[in-house]
This record gives sequence, C-alpha cells and structure tokens, in this order.
Amino acid sequence: MEKFVSDKAAIVVSSVSKSYTTGKTVVKALDDISFEVERGSLFGLIGPDGAGKTTLFRILTSLLLFDKGQAMVDGFDVTTGYKAIRKRIGYMPGRFSLYTDLTVQENLNFFASIFETTIEENYDLIKAIYAQIEPFKDRRAGKLSGGMKQKLALSCALIHRPSVLFLDEPTTGVDAVSRKEFWDMLQTLKQEGITILVSTPYMDEANLCDKVALIQAGKILGINTPANITQQFPKTIYQVRNNHMHALLQEAKQWPFTEQIYPFGEYHHVVIRPGAAEPVFPPGIEAGRIHPGIEDVFIDLMRDHEQ
Amino acid sequence: MSPLKYILQKEFKQIFRDPAIIRVIFILPIIQLIILPLAADYEIKNINIAIVDRDHSPSSNRLIHTITSSNYFRLVEYSSDFNKAMQGIDNDKADLILELPRGFESELYAQKETKVFLAVNAINGVKANLGATYLRNIVQNFNNDFRISVLTPGRFNDLPVIETTSSNWYNPRMNYTFFMVPGILVLLITMIGLNLSAINIVREKEIGTIEQINVTPIRKTHFILGKLIPFWILGLVVITIGFLIAWLVYGIIPLGSYLTIYVFAAVYLLVILGLGLLISTYAENQQQAMLISFFLLMIFILMGGLYTSIDSMPEWAQWITRFNPVAYFIEVMRRVVLKGSGLADIRQPLLIMFCFAVAINYWAVLSYRKRS
Repeated sequence: MEKFVSDKAAIVVSSVSKSYTTGKTVVKALDDISFEVERGSLFGLIGPDGAGKTTLFRILTSLLLFDKGQAMVDGFDVTTGYKAIRKRIGYMPGRFSLYTDLTVQENLNFFASIFETTIEENYDLIKAIYAQIEPFKDRRAGKLSGGMKQKLALSCALIHRPSVLFLDEPTTGVDAVSRKEFWDMLQTLKQEGITILVSTPYMDEANLCDKVALIQAGKILGINTPANITQQFPKTIYQVRNNHMHALLQEAKQWPFTEQIYPFGEYHHVVIRPGAAEPVFPPGIEAGRIHPGIEDVFIDLMRDHEQ
Repeated sequence: MSPLKYILQKEFKQIFRDPAIIRVIFILPIIQLIILPLAADYEIKNINIAIVDRDHSPSSNRLIHTITSSNYFRLVEYSSDFNKAMQGIDNDKADLILELPRGFESELYAQKETKVFLAVNAINGVKANLGATYLRNIVQNFNNDFRISVLTPGRFNDLPVIETTSSNWYNPRMNYTFFMVPGILVLLITMIGLNLSAINIVREKEIGTIEQINVTPIRKTHFILGKLIPFWILGLVVITIGFLIAWLVYGIIPLGSYLTIYVFAAVYLLVILGLGLLISTYAENQQQAMLISFFLLMIFILMGGLYTSIDSMPEWAQWITRFNPVAYFIEVMRRVVLKGSGLADIRQPLLIMFCFAVAINYWAVLSYRKRS
C-alpha cells in the first residue's frame, strides 16, 4: 500500500458524495464535501441532527463505501487502504457500542488484545480517563452511568494508541460537568499528537476546537477557526427583550431593518439587514448590540443555504 | 497470540453470562426428550367404540368381550339402536360403530357365514384408519377361533388360506421410542444450534457492537470462527445430555458406536451453525432472523422423515429432502442406533454433510461484510 507522504494533513476529504436510496427517493447524505484536518489538531464538525455527520464518520472509518470523490486518513486511501487505516484509527460511535455484558476491564482488555497490545503498554495514554472508572472495573459496562460509559468508550478507542481519533457526538446525553471534563481530556490527547475529528450538535463546544466546519443537509457551509468564523461575520446583531417576548417576535419581523429574528435564551437576536441605517427600536424594548456567536453565524448560513 | 483466542474467550464469557442461553441448553433438551416421545407415540389407544348389538347372543357377547379387553378400544355406547350409536359419532364421542345384526349367531352356525357392519368417524383420519384395521383383525381372529372350535377338522382346509406373519428387523418389538427418541434428539440440536447462531451476529448489529468490531483489524474468518466454535461445543454437549437421557429414561443404547454418531454430529453441527450465521449476516434484526430460522426449521422438521416417511413423499418433495440436513442426520442416527452402522456405512451422507458445511460456512464468511 502506497503511503502518501503528507506531514500536514491527517485527514483529506475531497469532493465526497454519498446518497442513500430508500424506495424510490434518493437522499443525498453528503453532497460534494471537501476539507482537510491538520495533523495534531482538534477539528469540529458542527451541525444539526441529520446533517450527514455520522455518514461522514462512517466513511472515514472505512465502514461505509461512498459514491464519488476521494478520502484519505493518515496518508491512506479510505477505499483501498482500509486495512491499514483500521490499525491506526480510534472510533467512538455516537451510540454506546461496547459489550454491556462484559465488565469495564474485560471490554478494555478485549479491545487491547484484538489490536495485539495490552492495557499496560498504553496505560499512560488512557490513564487520566481510565483512572476515573478504574474503581468500577469489575462492573458490567451496561450498568455504568452515561458519563462513565463515555469514558470507557474513549478508553477503548484509545487503547491501541491511534494516530487519528474519530468521536461521533461524544457528549450527546452527557451532563454539563462530564462534558467539560471530556473536552479537557481531548485537549490533553491533542498534546500527545493525536488528530481528533469530533462532531457535536452543541455550538458552545465549537469554541473549544482548533477549527470547525459547519455542516448542514450534506453540505459544508463554512470552515474556519471559531474566532475567525465569528469575527468575519459581516452582519450586525442586536439582542432585544421586553415583557411580551412572543408578541415581540411577531412585531420585530415587521421592522424595516430586520433581516431575521429568532429566540435566543432570554433574548431575541435580531440580524440587521445589510445596508440598513442604524436601527431605532420602539420604546419599551431593551436592546443592545452584541458580538455574534457561532450559533448566530450558523443560523445565518443555514438560512442562506435554504434560500 | 492469535486474536481468535481472545474472541473465543469473549464469546464464552457472554454465553455463560446469559441465563437464558444456559436454560435453553440444559433444560430444554431434558423436557423435550422426556415429554415429546410420549406425545409422538404412533400406537393409537383409547379408540372410542359404539356397539349396536341386535343379537344379544353368547357369540355376540364373546366378540364384544374380545374387543373391549384388547386395551385399544373403549366402549362408550352399547345399545340395540343404530341411531343412538350414530348420535355418539355426531357428538364426537365415538370413533367407530360396530353393528352386529339380528341372527348373528344363528347365521354363523347355520350358514357358516355372517356379516357385521363397521362405520368409521373419519374426522381424525389416523385414528379412524388404525381403529378400523385393529377391529378387522379382531373380528378375523374371532372368526378363526370360531372355525377351530366349531367346524370339524376334516373340512377345515377346504379353502386355501394364505397367512402372513412378519418379523421386525432391527427393532423386533417395534418399540416406537427406539426410532422417535434419536430423531427428536436430532431436531433438538438443530433447533438450538440454528436459533442461537442465527440470533448471535444480529444481536451485535442491534446493540451496535458490530460497528466497534468492524473498525478493528479483526479478520472476517476469525470473527465467524469465534461465533461458530462456542456453539459447536455447546451442540456436542447437548447431544451428550440427550444420549444420557435416552439411556436413563428409555434405556436406549446405540447398537453402533457413539464415536460414529459424534463424528457425524460434529460435521452436521457445522452445517446448522453455518446456516444460522448466514441468516445472521443477512438479517437486520433479531425478529427477522428468528422468522427465517423458524421457517427453515418447519421445512426441515416436516420434511425430515421423522414424522412421515420420505419414501412416500412425491418425487419433487424427495428432491427437496436431499438438501435437508435434518433428513440425513435422522437417517444416520437411526442406522447407527438401531442397525449398528459404522463409519464406513455412513460415508456417503457424511461426505454430503461435509460438502454442505464447507459451502455454507464459506458463504457465511463471504456475506459478512465489515463495510457497507
């Protein structure tokens, strides 16, 4: 197997398309997707459910064949070099998929041995994570809490010291504290030189990635660092609030300077129409200009995309 | 160390942690082998008979007595009115009516012949048929006895008579358990083997563990072997339990050697388990797998030659049975248990099973795909 020497990119995806046929309808899960992930970086795929994130993961982890394009992982072509790829990647599917009837330690041992390694050999890599579930090592994996299952799954995905780690919505259904811990761990793994591709439906997690790709309906809407994504956003956003938030939502749509309005926590966010004059809000409304967040950018991109 | 060893370790742990599997393996054969042979008895007993006696003579009494003391018949109605007996059939209380006409005895003595009337309730065909046959035999015996006791010896052999006597080879007393129990044992390991293996890979698909397995460098052959070997060993354990019960409960000890049976069973199990794994690789969930294996089991069992003889099936059906592994094993089992056949005698079915095993397992490995 020829290895493509590329020191910079651990994952290269170029013009990958994949569609599913259900009955007579053809659903485009991925539509001409291209991006690159730098070696040793933490890359986030941000998008709603059904955007095509899992399909992309299954293609890159050599589980799914695709229709068009080319994909390389750690220098190997996904289609032809899948055997080499399977030795050097770690994959944590969105759904907990370890053996629930085996104990924590048995699961870890099993995955270590089928990669022809041992827990001891790579213990330093998983120590920070595994130490937290080690007290429960004789418990069946099915009886663990959500956060602990997550840690076990990550340990199992790391036990053979992969060079690229794929995490499909690792924090979905996990409490806020465990989520933070989990992302701290990812930062540590990055220090070890492991390239990480992570998908999440949570916008706040996007800020923790080195680079993010916004994905929607099988298309990538934009790729950049989280800071650049928000800084380069050309539009102005105000947050507004009064005592009748629901009525305000309807009312604000009529304002001449409003391009878009949507609820956002305690406020509504109003996107100002490009070229409109400085907005003047009716009395009784608390309004203030804000820095756009990733969510604002995403909502705007989605809207453009739909039109 | 080979990865196969770790896969086997894992599979065995999972099997022994599943209480349902343990129950299926140990309790099912015991219950089935003790209950089913009793239910699958081909001898018909308790045939309900209604007798219409219009003669009320010593001879008619003697015939009725012979019938009721045979253990096969239960007298449910005795009257001199045919309509009353017919009511018994209508109500499904009687299976047969035997009518002895008026003058039964006097005609027998005067004209040396008489007639009886037999009516059969054919709703339950097997019972009616066998009942009528038994009854005819009894009446015939009665007839012979009558000739011997009444007719003078000189005139005895005026009419040439051919009498058939038969002897049952290999099962002299026609003990039905001798051919049913080994057959049921075959069905049992087929059921257990096919179902357990059919569910197995599908379950990994359902709970998602197969995704995690597929991204590892595990080889397909290792994965399939890891599934096959544990159930193969369990299948041989179930056969052993089965023979233990056959010996303890029914006193059945094969005339041939156990080794012959185990050699055949070892190859046979590879066919059944391979078939289960094949179903498993195609099915998407446990329900589909169960339905397919249930469908196959029905055909295997009904066309396996245990309940109905394959030789009496139409030719196209006999062709189908040539692809039925159960039919081969039941035949081999009977040959070894009843006739004492050795490995050399069963080499042809053994070779056929071996070819089946290779083909099906090769197919199973091919159809299991790590990527879709």
